[in-house]
Amino acid sequence: MTRTMLAILAAGIMSACGSGTTTCAIQASCGVGPSRTTLTVFAAASLQPAFDKIGDKLLSTQNIATTFSYAGTQTLTTQLTQGAPADVFASADVAHMTSVQSAGLLLSQSMVFAHNRLEIAVAKGNPKGIHSLADLARSRLVVVLADPSVPAGKYAAQALAKAGVAVHPASLEQQVTGVLSKVALGEADAGIVYHSDIVTSAQVDGVTIPDSQNVIADYPIAVLQSAQNQAGAVAFVDFVLSTEGQSILTSAGFQGV
Amino acid sequence: MKRTRVPPAIWLLAGLGLLLFFLPLAGLIVRAPWNQALGELTDPTTMTALALSLFCSVTATAIALVLGIPLAMILARTRGTLRNLLRALTTLPMVLPPVVGGVALLLAFGRRGIAGSLLYEAFGIQIPFTTAAAVMAETFVAMPFLVIAVEAGLRSLDHRYEEAARSLGAGYWRVFTRVTLPLLRPAIFSGAVLCWARALGEFGATITFAGNFPGRTQTVPIAVYIALETKPQAAITLSLILLVVSVAILVGMRDRWLGAL
Repeated sequence: MTRTMLAILAAGIMSACGSGTTTCAIQASCGVGPSRTTLTVFAAASLQPAFDKIGDKLLSTQNIATTFSYAGTQTLTTQLTQGAPADVFASADVAHMTSVQSAGLLLSQSMVFAHNRLEIAVAKGNPKGIHSLADLARSRLVVVLADPSVPAGKYAAQALAKAGVAVHPASLEQQVTGVLSKVALGEADAGIVYHSDIVTSAQVDGVTIPDSQNVIADYPIAVLQSAQNQAGAVAFVDFVLSTEGQSILTSAGFQGV
Repeated sequence: MKRTRVPPAIWLLAGLGLLLFFLPLAGLIVRAPWNQALGELTDPTTMTALALSLFCSVTATAIALVLGIPLAMILARTRGTLRNLLRALTTLPMVLPPVVGGVALLLAFGRRGIAGSLLYEAFGIQIPFTTAAAVMAETFVAMPFLVIAVEAGLRSLDHRYEEAARSLGAGYWRVFTRVTLPLLRPAIFSGAVLCWARALGEFGATITFAGNFPGRTQTVPIAVYIALETKPQAAITLSLILLVVSVAILVGMRDRWLGAL
């Protein structure tokens, strides 16, 4: 008995070590029925609200305890190519998934499971009267973007180029949630984030970007070669693509596939 | 007297501890793109980050000297509870996780911060995202090193020199500049070097409070962090530069630090 406990604890710690942020691996695996399995998912920062719910659902219905590591997709890609162990990778763009694939790290073909649109995040009530991308070029307006190496930053640059707007950002954040928090804290007047970020944040308002200037982000997901829990990984991906998973994503502001 | 023989287990554990220090250094040196290092060094991004880091760390050290020496003098004079309280407040940034320092700075000097909101409303000045914010973050984290060193110097100072100068008719400032400061020079120097090294390496408080923008707030450690995801070679080269600076400080200060141990 003690030995099994130790083994489970060790597995929990190992999966926790592989990820930057852990939510519940150790505690969750100590309650322990024999059928409980643990799973490590590397996911783009913007997926957190939706994936946390999906994780709860999988724990209650299939007894899979998921540990999420949320970060900028580019950070996760670096960690994976440096050998970080994980079961599932969910990226905020196709380019990073492709580079993980060409490093030979995918067990299965990746599949796009959701789309997202860009939106301008502003303070509650939009006190600065921002109504379009063009407004972001106003002087004395503090605009924060994601770094161009981050998918959200790349998409934002594309949208700004489409609109023909030159913005002078105050800071280039390492993940889209960094942009969101700078606006939520009131340090930035505006930032370009995803529609889903605004849907799930109670602290900011959104300004819609018209289709002609907007960029649609594709989110691919795949099981990794290094997966310790392949069955769990496949179950996770299947759930994300299921009607139930898709409805969780849609209510978090994503577009289903 | 014969010394007790050290058991092998102690040697083994000590060896493992040393490996933990040694292997990362070896990794950095072995994997360094030596043939491209010069190219990476003259890359505009690298140059900008280096120049900014130099400016911010030197400015932070200068501010620490101006504010930290008086602070150390007050600390050296107080006794009892007041001293403990002041000490704790001054040295807190040394043990506080830098990112927490960054959050605290944001809540104090941000646009909606308790002090920052006054600045913003009265003068329209916003500190976050500026080079000033990077300098403040570095000063916050690094100044304690100077204060501690100078305070220790003051406590071990032979006050008879100051008394002699005073009995010969020198005023307070004259004694301070001609006697006290010269006597404190070694303590100030080593404190300033430590403070500068800490400021140069600052990451967490800076990225949290000042953000990341090349030429404005992207110091070398932040550039390393970002380059690792896009241009790993540049990250290694920049890391090497910081390593060389650290080794140079260790070698330069060896009498003062290593000798004292």
